[in-house]
Amino acid sequence: MTNERGRFGVHGGQYIPETLMNAVIELEAAYDHYKNDPDFNRELETLFNEYAGRPSRLYYAEKMTRDLGGAKIYLKREDLNHTGAHKINNVLGQALLAKKMGKTRLIAETGAGQHGVATATAAALFGMECVVFMGEEDTKRQALNVYRMKLLGSDVVPVNTGTATLKDAVSEAMREWTSRISDTHYCLGSVMGPHPFPTIVRDFQSVISREARAQILEKEGRLPDAVLACVGGGSNAIGSFYHFINDPSVRLIGCEAAGRGIDTFETAATISTGRLGIFHGMKSYFCQDKYGQIAPVYSISAGLDYPGVGPEHAHLHDIGRAEYVPVTDDEAVDAFEYLARTEGIIPAIESAHAVAHAMKIAPAMGKDQIVIITISGRGDKDCAAIARYRGEDINE
Amino acid sequence: MSNIKKAFENGKAFIAFITCGDPDLETTAKSVRAAVAGGADLIELGIPFSDPTAEGPVIQGANIRALSGGVTTDKIFDLVRELRSDVTIPLVFMTYANVVYSYGADSFISMCRDIGIDGLILPDVPYEEKDEFLPICRKYGVDLVSLIAPTSEGRIAMIAKEAEGFLYIVSSLGVTGVRGEITTDLGSIVSVVRENADIPCAIGFGISTPEQAKKMSGYADGVIVGSAIIKILEKYGREAPPHVGEYVRSMKDAIR
Repeated sequence: MTNERGRFGVHGGQYIPETLMNAVIELEAAYDHYKNDPDFNRELETLFNEYAGRPSRLYYAEKMTRDLGGAKIYLKREDLNHTGAHKINNVLGQALLAKKMGKTRLIAETGAGQHGVATATAAALFGMECVVFMGEEDTKRQALNVYRMKLLGSDVVPVNTGTATLKDAVSEAMREWTSRISDTHYCLGSVMGPHPFPTIVRDFQSVISREARAQILEKEGRLPDAVLACVGGGSNAIGSFYHFINDPSVRLIGCEAAGRGIDTFETAATISTGRLGIFHGMKSYFCQDKYGQIAPVYSISAGLDYPGVGPEHAHLHDIGRAEYVPVTDDEAVDAFEYLARTEGIIPAIESAHAVAHAMKIAPAMGKDQIVIITISGRGDKDCAAIARYRGEDINE
Repeated sequence: MSNIKKAFENGKAFIAFITCGDPDLETTAKSVRAAVAGGADLIELGIPFSDPTAEGPVIQGANIRALSGGVTTDKIFDLVRELRSDVTIPLVFMTYANVVYSYGADSFISMCRDIGIDGLILPDVPYEEKDEFLPICRKYGVDLVSLIAPTSEGRIAMIAKEAEGFLYIVSSLGVTGVRGEITTDLGSIVSVVRENADIPCAIGFGISTPEQAKKMSGYADGVIVGSAIIKILEKYGREAPPHVGEYVRSMKDAIR
């Protein structure tokens, strides 16, 4: 490779149309400048603390710990952030950066709607125009979030190409960006896409592990034995892992959406079932057929329903630093209900994938061991869909 | 230097884009031959991709129709082998990086040489990433065609100096598709290319009428038309080939 920029091992890169190259170069230059700018960082920290409600709590789930009978379980409560998910961390960072760059319009893709809502929120706050692309299928699964975005003053464009889910929303947002670049920033919602997005999004999300590391040291005087987070593109997971990567005693476990199982076609577990490819601006692992056609993936969770994974996760997998495990719809729904009953916390169905895996491993761990699960978002948005999954039809 | 330069030896070049397998490979073969008879100087054969992020709705539709019809990369290689029994004008593949990468870049590109494909256009492989494929293309004598966009300011010379085959000048912002008006200052872009390289320039994106083709050919060495041809295939399906031939003739006549 002549160009090592934006590579995580073999993964990453900038596989995008020439039309967008100057835009990502401009973005990289602006980010390189502002990430070291004390005023920018102060402004962002104020937004994080005063507007988004950070730092988020690291909550000791005592009942769940007792019930599972093994490791002590802590929940990193990103669900308590303003707008109800970790997505606001990245969006406030990118929106502030876009504003400094003189952009007046934000576009975004969204799956579950959490990133779209966060982007619409930041656009309202900064007085920017906002257009969110969302798979038509997802606009039905997440009707409440569509309404929230509109309420916040954004346009929501339903995308009906392909599988009408997150991947198609990303494709459409990329197409829109090629047609209008000068005033528009593409506020990408995960640690994916062309360089510098995987790095920018990771840096803004790394606040999760920066806080969690300090909080667990304060509460327990030691590092955790494992950190668990769900992985679609992988932004809350990379944010949860980042400041623990250099602590080899901490197991990093990413929980992928297996849908109806990794032995079926109805799955979105990229690391379990995908192979190396080039798509959406990056080299990474993708669910695809033998000719490289991207697979129509499936998960009950609109936020994890994506056929690829961020390049840094692909690299952490290659070097064995992080483990990636599949969690089925059934397991995630059980965990969704379990956390609600046991701790009085309704997690996003995405986050429930991480809870489900913790329920598998914690009982076999020692009582002196510690597990942190990132609750990336709250589950209000999922209640109607879970009710349907259980055969109950409720009106939202 | 491949066969591609021949496309630019017959006055201004008319380059036709056809998605392979839309609606089926037999129609593709007939449409290619009709375009050749109509005066096309080079044909871009699109290998369909599930998620063509640089395409507008018209070519996206062709990709979907072709893939649902069961077309595969291997079947397209067979099509080209069959076409080469009589089609002698340069042929290039237009597809996305993953189609080549997933097949195995070496296997894919060596196959291109074997069946008589002269070049490869990958809209999601910019200058910064061309080393992924360029050494292999050179190994087999297949030109990796570079693109220049209206937003390429400051990058044109760099791209032109290393360009092979021909330069694909993207006329407008956005994705492929028919446009009423093209407002980019193409004259300036082409003149920067001319100062830096001796390579034919062809303008694509948004060209559909003979008037547009004539105007665009004034700036460059050729014009590329995709969506307008795909619309004919969409409208007439298996009956499209004679209409494609007639359309190509009208376009080539306009730029002669």
